[in-house]
Amino acid sequence: MSVVQLNFSEGVSDADLDRLRAGDSVELTGRVLSLRDASAARLARALESGEPPPVSLENKILYAVGPSPPKPGQIIGSAGPTTTARMARFFPALFAAGVCGIIGKGELHGDEMAPFVTHRAVYFAAIGGLGALLARQISSATVVAYDDLGPEALIAIEIHTFPAVVIVDRHGGNFHEAARARWRRTK
Amino acid sequence: MGSPPVRDIDVSVLRDTVSRLLVEANYNIPVDILDALRDAAVREESPIGRRTLEQLVRNYEIAAAERVPVCQDSGLAVVMLEVGQDVHWVGGSLQDAIYEGIREGTTSGYLRWSVTGDPTRMLQTAGGDTPGVIHLDLVPGAEVKITVASKGFGAENMSALKMFVPADGVPAITRFVIETVDRAGANACPPIVVGVGIGGTFETAALLAKKAVLRPIDVRNGRPDLCRLEHDLLARVNDLGIGPQGLGGRVTALAVNIEVYPTHIAGLPVAVNLGCHSTRRISATL
Repeated sequence: MSVVQLNFSEGVSDADLDRLRAGDSVELTGRVLSLRDASAARLARALESGEPPPVSLENKILYAVGPSPPKPGQIIGSAGPTTTARMARFFPALFAAGVCGIIGKGELHGDEMAPFVTHRAVYFAAIGGLGALLARQISSATVVAYDDLGPEALIAIEIHTFPAVVIVDRHGGNFHEAARARWRRTK
Repeated sequence: MGSPPVRDIDVSVLRDTVSRLLVEANYNIPVDILDALRDAAVREESPIGRRTLEQLVRNYEIAAAERVPVCQDSGLAVVMLEVGQDVHWVGGSLQDAIYEGIREGTTSGYLRWSVTGDPTRMLQTAGGDTPGVIHLDLVPGAEVKITVASKGFGAENMSALKMFVPADGVPAITRFVIETVDRAGANACPPIVVGVGIGGTFETAALLAKKAVLRPIDVRNGRPDLCRLEHDLLARVNDLGIGPQGLGGRVTALAVNIEVYPTHIAGLPVAVNLGCHSTRRISATL
């Protein structure tokens, strides 16, 4: 199975996002910002009331994660993805502020997927429950805002060859839906 | 005939046991589940499904070797106690000892504080002030069996309960289980464990479903008809095509476990509690 390398260390390339297709296996390298229920709500509230976000969201990829605390000597604790759909209502505001992609886990359908289509954002699913393994693909983690939210703080995370699958691409594809249709046995 | 002797157990022993079990549960998933994932990685027909299962097994090997949490969501701690009725607790409050054990385990094991004190979020409370859920059963004897489960909320959020009527019967139970798994899809972190609780009252069904999801997946219901229903439901759930992580395939669930309890002649409560592929549970006996 071939793996597409998506390196956005020098910023996310629009052309690179265009090339992705739902179902592509990818390895992601670059800087992402963490996203959780509490931080997403606070960010969206700030944006909707016209305040600037605490860090620029322009051309950023967000990673739905609330890591466990690092053990001594660790960069980060376990750091697998959390369920993306829980934060879906905040995506229109976040995309309007420049976010161009989300890494998370789980499915997005209908209203949850619509903002991705409107804003040409890409949804990558990492494997849920892969926290110990995925922590090895992270080279730095720094809280940049909302420190009071504990595991839900806004964290800048450097990821390297981080495995994921393109679920929602810029061409109308939704890989979860296609995969179910391909493998379902109807009675 | 005299009364049976009462056995004193100091609650500090319970506290230390809960702490130890909580850490172990988060570093090592149950052997029956790991074996089932290894087996699934061979028999899954979808290539991306096989690769996903191989990565899950690798993750569990890393977590065990490095002694780190298998998942960043170290869950809401569910502590189930089967307390012998001849046990007498000494040294303090049972509930406080369990909460303290959870706090100690969460801290010493570098687990995530994943509990909010106010579920409505109307109060501004930090995490970690109400650390767990306790279920208590009184049983004959003078022993205590402790089960600690770390319940991740990806799967917990996709669980469901419905009050059917007697005429709905097994077809309704079947449809409800399949609909619940179908709706959960990738969000419950498949391959999942499906716990089905049938009977009792509203809350009995939910608790039965929890006990079912925490039953080892290589143990079938002792009633032959329910055992057949478990097999039938597993086959149907796996026909949904969701597959590992919803990426398509044959292995959507590792097991369907059913627990039942008598109910009212007017009722048929059914609860479906989903467990992710890292359904963490561990038991000890005092």
